[in-house]
Amino acid sequence: MSIQAVEDTKVKAFPAKPAEIVAFTAKARPRIDLVAIAGKVASTLVPPAIVIALLLVVWQVACSSPTASLPPPSQVWNEAYDLIAHPFFDNGPQDIGLAWRVLISLQRVAIGFGMAAVVGVALGALVGQSVWAMRGLDPVFQILRTVPPLAWLPLSLAAFRDSNPSALFVIFITSIWPVIINTAVGVRNIPQDYRNVARILRLNQLEFFVKIMVPAAAPYIFTGLRIGIGLSWLAIVAAEMLTGGVGIGFFIWDAWNSSRLPDIIVALAYIGVTGFCLDRLVAAVGAFVTRGTTAK
Amino acid sequence: MTAYLKLDHIDKSFARGGQVSDVLRDIRLTIDKGEFVSIIGHSGCGKSTLLNLIAGLTKVSAGAVLLEDKEVDSPGPERAVVFQNHSLLPWLTVYENINLAVAKVFGRSKSKAERHDWIMRNLDLVQMAHARDKRPAEISGGMKQRVGIARALAMEPKILLLDEPFGALDALTRAHLQDAVMDIHSRLGSTTIMITHDVDEAVLLSDRIVMMTNGPAATIGEVLPVPLVRPRRRIELASDRTFLRCREAVLKFLYERHRFVEAAE
Ligand SMILES: Nc1ncnc2c1ncn2[C@@H]1O[C@H](COP(=O)(O)OP(=O)(O)OP(=O)(O)O)[C@@H](O)[C@H]1O
Ligand SMILES: [Mg+2]
Repeated sequence: MSIQAVEDTKVKAFPAKPAEIVAFTAKARPRIDLVAIAGKVASTLVPPAIVIALLLVVWQVACSSPTASLPPPSQVWNEAYDLIAHPFFDNGPQDIGLAWRVLISLQRVAIGFGMAAVVGVALGALVGQSVWAMRGLDPVFQILRTVPPLAWLPLSLAAFRDSNPSALFVIFITSIWPVIINTAVGVRNIPQDYRNVARILRLNQLEFFVKIMVPAAAPYIFTGLRIGIGLSWLAIVAAEMLTGGVGIGFFIWDAWNSSRLPDIIVALAYIGVTGFCLDRLVAAVGAFVTRGTTAK
Repeated sequence: MTAYLKLDHIDKSFARGGQVSDVLRDIRLTIDKGEFVSIIGHSGCGKSTLLNLIAGLTKVSAGAVLLEDKEVDSPGPERAVVFQNHSLLPWLTVYENINLAVAKVFGRSKSKAERHDWIMRNLDLVQMAHARDKRPAEISGGMKQRVGIARALAMEPKILLLDEPFGALDALTRAHLQDAVMDIHSRLGSTTIMITHDVDEAVLLSDRIVMMTNGPAATIGEVLPVPLVRPRRRIELASDRTFLRCREAVLKFLYERHRFVEAAE
């Protein structure tokens, strides 16, 4: 039941943030009511907990026969107990807990996605400012955006001849498209009034970018970032499976090669929860940053 | 003596997809320093277009806008605009909205403390200092319009351009803001051009009323001086002979001689 426990604490940690943001935009902040909060937490936590418990039961029943090809939860619990109970063990360079592996993968995502965010917003702003750039580049972006992460990998390996930069590049190139496209759309949609204000004040290009364009397009930019971080997390797992190293992606590949199915299942849970948290994190940051722009 | 602001034989046409539509033709007007001029005319005749030309937001097709004998060809803070829909930046507070303008216009000439005082002075002028930390979404329409006016005034413009500044407001708020604008005009003596649909408002506020004919190719039909002494008080004026005469003249122009024709849209 440890998988469930992990999910529960994360779930608890994150909805707390958006809830605060809701209170920000509301005109009058209601009195903090402990009973109401407890009720709310229960109403968001209890239904998923029940569903997860049910799924585990169904899974257990379905995979209990000796001929089943997949291990049931009880077997996962027994065989992968070390991984579940000790996420932070460290027995030398190759033998570390899953939490460490996730953190190492997250580090890669942070670099790759960070670059994608910066370059994507800059390119998107450029493309959104010019009708012709938009017309010319949009179809190209729309095509490239559908190329799956793994398809970039051979090219990337050939170009960089090293697994680490290749993995970073794959993350970068997978997650940059939604950032560019959404930023461009956001910039296109900046009201003419804001542009007129900028023109009357004679803001230069940089001031316009920082003071008008980014805040005005922020809701769109964050939509792009949110899609992008999801893609980058998909890409990291795929990339690491082939490039090796100590990330969570390679762990799965390694476990598959030594037929440790329970380990794979535990790793999947880690990946899923981490992806969910990343998504919520970007959404929460976005909601906080754009709290002024969304309300008219 | 040459005029402070001179609109010199201005034509304006828009070309769209091979079709050219003449909006303004042969606009001639001179405005003195400190004068308050209203522009009135039916919807779609080109009032906003004219104001944008003076602001430099759009370019003239022929003729020229001359401010102190210099041709206006791009927008700038010396011709501040108060837009019809306030156009405050929603992610900035009231104070920050004005600071954006003040930092840009006075960034070099005023110290930080002086800029702060200047922002607060302008907020006081429109009685909005109490809402300095509110965002536009948290204040009423009339308050937003006040902040818009404060932002324009804070640029210390040579000319204040108001595009139907009170159009979206209820009658009471409108009257309050009209008084505020009259008060500010008498204190600062700022040259002001205001677009309006409201005949009473035009007569109450203006030194002269510019009446525009209907488009397409609209032009100035008549310019009516309003020889009412200032300060003006709306209650006393309600039965004032001069006020009523001016009001009638504008109404006659708009509803008898240049009636709004649907086809002109
Ligand atoms: N950018 C543009 N391109 C093409 N036509 C335009 C453009 N801007 C304005 N027009 C046309 O010019 C005419 C005058 O528009 P304008 O907005 O100046 O009218 P207005 O007098 O301000 O009307 P209202 O009182 O409704 O605000 C309209 O027929 C409009 O369609
Ligand atoms: Mg208009």
